[in-house]
Amino acid sequence: MTSNALRRQGSKGQAGDKIFSGAALGAGILILITLFAVAIFLLIQALPTFTANPALITGGEGFASYIFPIVIGTVIAASIALLIATPVGIAVALFISHYAPRKLAAGLGYVIDLLAAIPSVIYGAWGYLVLAPALVPSYQWLAENMGFIPLFGGPASQTGKTILTAGIVLAVMVLPIITSLSREIFLQTPKLHEEAALALGATRWEMITMSVLPFARPGIISAVMLGLGRALGETMAVALVLSTGGLIPSLIKSGNQTIAAEIALNFPEAFGLRLSELIAAGLVLFVITLAVNLIARAIIARHKEFSGAN
Amino acid sequence: MSKRIDVKDLNVYYSKFLAVEDVNIGIEAKSVTAFIGPSGCGKSTFLRTLNRMHEVIPGGRVEGEVLLDGDNLYESGVDPVTVRSQIGMVFQRPNPFPTMSIKDNVLAGVKLNGKKISKSDADSLVEKSLRGANLWNEVKDRLDKPGSGLSGGQQQRLCIARTIAVKPQVILMDEPCSALDPISTLAIEDLINELKSEFTVVIVTHNMQQAARVSDRTAFFNIAGTGKPGKLIEYADTATIFSNPSVKATEDYVSGRFG
Repeated sequence: MTSNALRRQGSKGQAGDKIFSGAALGAGILILITLFAVAIFLLIQALPTFTANPALITGGEGFASYIFPIVIGTVIAASIALLIATPVGIAVALFISHYAPRKLAAGLGYVIDLLAAIPSVIYGAWGYLVLAPALVPSYQWLAENMGFIPLFGGPASQTGKTILTAGIVLAVMVLPIITSLSREIFLQTPKLHEEAALALGATRWEMITMSVLPFARPGIISAVMLGLGRALGETMAVALVLSTGGLIPSLIKSGNQTIAAEIALNFPEAFGLRLSELIAAGLVLFVITLAVNLIARAIIARHKEFSGAN
Repeated sequence: MSKRIDVKDLNVYYSKFLAVEDVNIGIEAKSVTAFIGPSGCGKSTFLRTLNRMHEVIPGGRVEGEVLLDGDNLYESGVDPVTVRSQIGMVFQRPNPFPTMSIKDNVLAGVKLNGKKISKSDADSLVEKSLRGANLWNEVKDRLDKPGSGLSGGQQQRLCIARTIAVKPQVILMDEPCSALDPISTLAIEDLINELKSEFTVVIVTHNMQQAARVSDRTAFFNIAGTGKPGKLIEYADTATIFSNPSVKATEDYVSGRFG
């Protein structure tokens, strides 16, 4: 046997390496399998819906016309939530990371994280009992003064249980996700880049737009996407807050429905084809979420050259 | 364009810790002044007080006066933003803005504080600044590419171009060559020699040959021990500091017998 001193001698370190790389690989594969299994389950369970006689589907005009309004409703609710939560979340995160005195920042960060821990049914109850009634006067004002815009077409809901209310409740739920992730990323901005901006004579805000926000951009997109994921999939709060109905353009009337709430409200009594329909709706939600994430990835990748990673 | 700096009785603190004690120094306009001294002696800290970058660090504060042609930087009512646009800074590690193109990096400081610049002015300023930083020929064909794609030495010259584009009175350099190879270092040293015809340059360096090569005047800082404040030991013409220093500690340091 040749004696090459550089040959592997077999040591504990190598065993550790192998175990770890095996565990990491296993975990990665497990995620793929889970995702794949979910997709297969949804496809198989949903199949009868696509092959059934369109007249038998809820609404009587086939799956497409059943799912279309609730897809739009889902998108509307999630869009409202993100439109509100993204700027507020980023602003709060910036305040915590770059403006607030350190003691206040720590306390505020903690409170924001706590917000994320509140169960969604609590948010739903709060939206139903407090927020919806409180918003009624504003809705009436909107209907009277802005009613010419279809989005605010009257007459306004008397209970306040509208898609706009649902969107606002979702915004409050999504806010901590966006805020705490953005804050973490803002804090990671290299000191070097912040000082580069300051040394050129930048004000604090200019320093933020020159070094902090560009650095944090991919992270902000990820944070918003995670928030969107929650807004799209949120069931309980919407089910409690929204007084459902058909698809209507007005945000301040009762009406509209989201996929997640539709499934949750009807699932307990569903069987046969109806069950399959609801699972097909779930499949659509799955596809939307997947598509949104892919788009986000593409946006992040497009700016790779300028990301500072090179 | 270039002013002198006079420092009077300056104490520099990190919260309660006195980092640099009682500095008095006059830095001539249109000259290169080098700060040398062992690690931790406070020369970088002191440099950062000259454009109020020290206070960016939490707890950073100073006592005393820093006068730019007679105007005290630390008088109440003085905006650090204004100070920094007059006294630029180049850092130890090259730090171009990674998300900006080479051109935008050069213009970054010019576009601050709501100032507008026409496209033709911008183009000529970019060329002038990059030429001033001896970088134009290397990057003129890829001005729209990210600055982070350049080599370390080129990035550092880009940072210098960005600093001179703002037309400051003074340029502070905090060990600008410590992350660079000898050839890039030489390029920067040549550049420093050219810069002094227009700007007042202050450079912190660990490299005594560098101080000897580039500077007109040299200040030696030292520290009595860990936890003690750094002090300005001796300040004189560079030739004097390196050949005939008046303080024993300076002689030991420049002759390599310590530190």
